[in-house]
Amino acid sequence: MNNAKRSYFLIATTCFGLAFLYIPMILLIIYSFNYSKIVPVWGGFSTRWYGVLFESEEVWTAVSLSLKIAMVNACFATLLGTLAGLALVRFGQFKGRTLFSGMITAPLVMPEVITGLSLLLLFITLKEFIGWPDNRGFSTITIAHITFSMAYVAVIIQSRLAGMAQDLEEAAQDLGAKPFRVLTDITLPLLAPGMLAGWLLSFTLSLDDLIIASFVSGPGSVTLPMLIYSRVRLGLRPDINALATIIILVVAIGVLIAAWIMFRQQRQRELELQMSGDE
Amino acid sequence: MSTATESGLQHRLAAVLQKNWKSLIVFVPFFWLLIFFLAPFFIVFKISLSEAIIASPPFMPMIEWADEGVMRIKLVFDNFTYLWEDDLYFNTYLSSLKISSISTVLCLLIGYPMAYAIVRAQSTTKNVLLMLIILPFWTSFLLRVYAWMGLLADQGTINNLLIGMGFIDEPIRLLYTDFAVYVGIVYTYLPFMILPLYANMEKLDWTLLEAAADLGARPFTTFLTVTIPMTLPGIIAGSLLVFIPATGEYVIPDLLGGGNVLMIGRLLYNEFNANVDWPVASAVAIALLLVLVLPMMLYQHVQGKETEAS
Repeated sequence: MNNAKRSYFLIATTCFGLAFLYIPMILLIIYSFNYSKIVPVWGGFSTRWYGVLFESEEVWTAVSLSLKIAMVNACFATLLGTLAGLALVRFGQFKGRTLFSGMITAPLVMPEVITGLSLLLLFITLKEFIGWPDNRGFSTITIAHITFSMAYVAVIIQSRLAGMAQDLEEAAQDLGAKPFRVLTDITLPLLAPGMLAGWLLSFTLSLDDLIIASFVSGPGSVTLPMLIYSRVRLGLRPDINALATIIILVVAIGVLIAAWIMFRQQRQRELELQMSGDE
Repeated sequence: MSTATESGLQHRLAAVLQKNWKSLIVFVPFFWLLIFFLAPFFIVFKISLSEAIIASPPFMPMIEWADEGVMRIKLVFDNFTYLWEDDLYFNTYLSSLKISSISTVLCLLIGYPMAYAIVRAQSTTKNVLLMLIILPFWTSFLLRVYAWMGLLADQGTINNLLIGMGFIDEPIRLLYTDFAVYVGIVYTYLPFMILPLYANMEKLDWTLLEAAADLGARPFTTFLTVTIPMTLPGIIAGSLLVFIPATGEYVIPDLLGGGNVLMIGRLLYNEFNANVDWPVASAVAIALLLVLVLPMMLYQHVQGKETEAS
């Protein structure tokens, strides 16, 4: 009896939690097709706000800047984060390891206002001493994003490495491969799905960031979240609902495809393991 | 001859790389973090100890070269005493901590049963549920907060619904209240609570629960004495992942709380951008870091243990 009661409770909370997570987004999408200028008052179905959105040059400039930053950020963050993850899991003790692991975990929880403020002050100080960065914009925002994105990548890589059986690497070593070759020929290919996940996460984190970007950007560089924020601060805007709908759909499709690919790869690997008679 | 030395150099470089590739792998991300993560804090600290002036940059240099090359170092602690003496700052820190603690507890109350349900679900259901939890995490944070503006506004969905059903005649004020800020924080940070809890619960040995039941423990006793202690690392990690960033939150109090809800992240942002008082903004940041440094170290500790355990 208690089991049944408990599972009802669990199902009820899960449904409530999921409804809580999804209803606001669903309403956001529904109201993007509202003809009325006042968002929550239904004035009939229309796609006029999508038209308004596509005609706005401001929006296109912001989208292209954000996408450029997100691209460059994702590549560098994946590279640096993978190196950091490898160093922390596979290299044992080295000088400064505690400091290193502290610096790689801290950005995950650091309040964004602090990160943003401190990076801006760093850029200003650097400009005073070495004359760089001349203009704050693409480069400063990208550097700021790499700094926190690489921490997320490192966490993903660390957990992948920790969960990965080391027998393939050991086998390669026993067969005479030098440690560097083991890394490039065995470890890195095995890490590829983790690196892909890290790349995608860095990409979205960058597209999503408002606060750090507003601190470290100069006049004239407006990213998409900065544009959205400056508009919604003053209240509800139907064209922002349209923009939100597009973003949510793109992200949802992207995540579903990525999940499907990973799921298939995992299935395949499990099958291969079964065939080889292991586990 | 020059080609010979060049190839000699290349060989030597290759040899150095061959020998020191491990140090190089450590060095690159380490150096990056030193410059772009650690060094900035020292600059913030330095500026928090200087005086504000109307100039660009708007603060006095700490080190001045007086006549005859004498260096004068000037430290001003006024910004910190100002924080301490002005009630606004003290109350804002308290109010931020209160809001983030209550939100953390609310996230735990909703997130714990959800994580539990996901772990105990069948494999396919489990994957679908996990997907549903992770998906909002990938969509824009800003837009999810904006979605609540539409729900909570005076003319928003909730008020329209309540008026339509005849429960109320006049819209109730929901947006720009403490309530709205709690909803916003719990809403955006819930996945951060569920995912570490799930990761922790997934590794547990659930037969211990059956053992406790077989030995005659009541479900509630089992829950208190077995389940909770076993899942404690997940509870701590999830709570800190909500509590620490929520304390410094800016967007949620700004969009959902308006000017009515005091939170330190918003105060810092305004001090910096609207008042252009960099030294006070830096002092606010340093004080916030001091408040959060213990929870951050605890998170680091738990996180390190988790990685080692797996």
